[in-house]
Amino acid sequence: MEAAPAVLAARNLRVGFRIPGGVMQAVDGVSFELRRGETLGLVGESGSGKTLTSLALLRLLESPPAELSADGIDFEGRDLLGLSEGAMADLRGAGLSMIFQEPMTSLNPLMTIGRQIDEPLVRHLGLSKRVARERTLDLLRRVGIAGPEMAVRQYPHQLSGGMRQRVMIAIALACRPSVLIADEPTTALDVTVQAQILALLRALQEEMGTAILLITHDLAVIAETAHRVAVMYAGRIVETGPVAALFEAPLHPYTEGLLRSIPRITRERGGDLPEIPGVVPAPGALPAGCAFAARCGFAVAECQELRPVLEPMGGGREVACWRPRHG
Amino acid sequence: MVEPLLRVEGMRTHFPIVSKLLRRQIGVVKAVDGVDLAVMPGEVLGIVGESGSGKTTVGKSILRLIEPTAGRVVFEGQDMIGLPAGEMFALRRKMQIVFQDPMSSLNPRMTIGRILAAPFEIHGVARGADLRGLVSDLLRLVGLPEEAAQRYPHEFSGGQRQRVGIARALALRPRLMIGDEPVSALDVSIQAQILNLLKRLQGELGLTYILISHNLGVVSHICDRVAVMYLGRVVESGPREAIFFDPKHPYTEALLAAVPLPEPGRRRVHAPLAGDVPSPANPPTGCAFHPRCPRAMGRCSVEAPMPVALAGGHVVACHLHGGRDGGARTGGSFWILFFKKEVVSFFEKKETKKLHPFLFRVERSVDGCSRMWDVAYCSRCRC
Repeated sequence: MEAAPAVLAARNLRVGFRIPGGVMQAVDGVSFELRRGETLGLVGESGSGKTLTSLALLRLLESPPAELSADGIDFEGRDLLGLSEGAMADLRGAGLSMIFQEPMTSLNPLMTIGRQIDEPLVRHLGLSKRVARERTLDLLRRVGIAGPEMAVRQYPHQLSGGMRQRVMIAIALACRPSVLIADEPTTALDVTVQAQILALLRALQEEMGTAILLITHDLAVIAETAHRVAVMYAGRIVETGPVAALFEAPLHPYTEGLLRSIPRITRERGGDLPEIPGVVPAPGALPAGCAFAARCGFAVAECQELRPVLEPMGGGREVACWRPRHG
Repeated sequence: MVEPLLRVEGMRTHFPIVSKLLRRQIGVVKAVDGVDLAVMPGEVLGIVGESGSGKTTVGKSILRLIEPTAGRVVFEGQDMIGLPAGEMFALRRKMQIVFQDPMSSLNPRMTIGRILAAPFEIHGVARGADLRGLVSDLLRLVGLPEEAAQRYPHEFSGGQRQRVGIARALALRPRLMIGDEPVSALDVSIQAQILNLLKRLQGELGLTYILISHNLGVVSHICDRVAVMYLGRVVESGPREAIFFDPKHPYTEALLAAVPLPEPGRRRVHAPLAGDVPSPANPPTGCAFHPRCPRAMGRCSVEAPMPVALAGGHVVACHLHGGRDGGARTGGSFWILFFKKEVVSFFEKKETKKLHPFLFRVERSVDGCSRMWDVAYCSRCRC
């Protein structure tokens, strides 16, 4: 895994919104690398900036109000920030595609499933309609839709939530992208269907070597699917590392708190869940020091004043903390 | 023997499907289709199931927020179904509900103080300074500052709003509280805070909870007993340990196997369950789970299994587990009547009525577990 080259690398990505009296920095200097065939889990609570990060990568944020800046977003050797809007449009859905949480709102309700999958094939690969339809049928079969000949003539509302998400995956993978960004792909689904979709993503990744950026609030989904994980808090990555090591011995007190507060199915019923006191600070009202300091049980004076940056800790792990745990 | 605080017997809640054109009823959604539950005083009962399983409808039907079509809801020994509005109004003080989304269940134009005062005013409990005192007591109870009374719902975070929802439900000191996905909309760190709050309040106030949730971790953390619903029916119920560590119904097994664990490197033992939850408007025949069940037998598509009581208060509705006539496990076989290729009924004795041989067929099931049928008897041509 280490040897694989990075297909997507973000360096110091920042997304801000101009608000009365200043700029609200919703994503504040996020850097990561995504390698071929790997799944990187981006995990965080609501408001941590994980979805904005993904939209910024695809340059899908409207500007203004959003202000996007970065030292670079390298995708297969090209800097996405320097591309024209037209070149960017050629890339989206071809080399770089995305699936969203709610497939009902991201599919066109007035177009048949078939036409929606044909579209990227015709647009990006220049296939004829007939050849595209052949490919579409094959794709639907690959994502586990029984009776693709019937499905191509159906409209999104005629499918169940799980089937719609399969269609989204088929559209996203139609042009065999090297990077797939999946933003909460299973959050709206029932657990039994979630298990099917995660298994499908894993199988397709093995087959095509796609790199997946998996964005979710659910640590259990990360544990099951991702190779590496980056934990976001208040617009910054606070910890990153291989999934097994990070879950085994989290370095950042926030990661530790998150992992401990998940209710687990255990034979003896536990006492109180360890909770993280307080709430996520509002973006725009971040303290000068560590954004987590106010909720942290291990904070010292240093944490209030100085903002920690990501420091390598060995074993491919990094943490932004003055008092790392298990250190 | 302690009497249950709440008993639900044979609850059915059906919704008509009305055609757009002629406003005629063209079908029925059996959201709840024969549910029995009992909740002891001081107990936490969890109802789990996937979307469309009818768990929310059960909760609302218990409080008669949705009128059940049939069945009995016995609260403190009194059947609530059919009670006149006045008596129901008085009873409502004793049972309250907390909803999933606190933003849409709190009036955005009312201050928290007024929201929390409403239950006291409606039931004529207190006024003036007493009322203000009660409201600040409530805020303290759920861990909110007293100044919160002057503020509006939008000024609070999701977790704090859910605390307001809980405070409102507790205002009149109910005996029974139903939580309909009370922590599902919250982040995991906030979810832990609310779960701990619910647990603490239960101990302090001697509450009885029904907790409706799709999150099995949450349910296992807080509940004493669990009922698993699938397509309008309870397929399995019992003490939490029995449900989570000795499940009997294949659906419960599959549901547990599908839950992702926050432990990397653990591989699933079972293949994920295939297919989707069927529509309650058009449920499968027999056991509603049979099209997805990895252990379905012939009789499962024909006959809906009845709940069977196992040891330790564990109840399961599945043909794999004992039935009066032994079921497939003991090798009992039975007769099936087909109309063309559709199964129309099932019976234990050979049917001897005269039936049209091209339309009807009677077959004998193979002993034990199989999807195959033995063609044994045809009423007319003796084939």
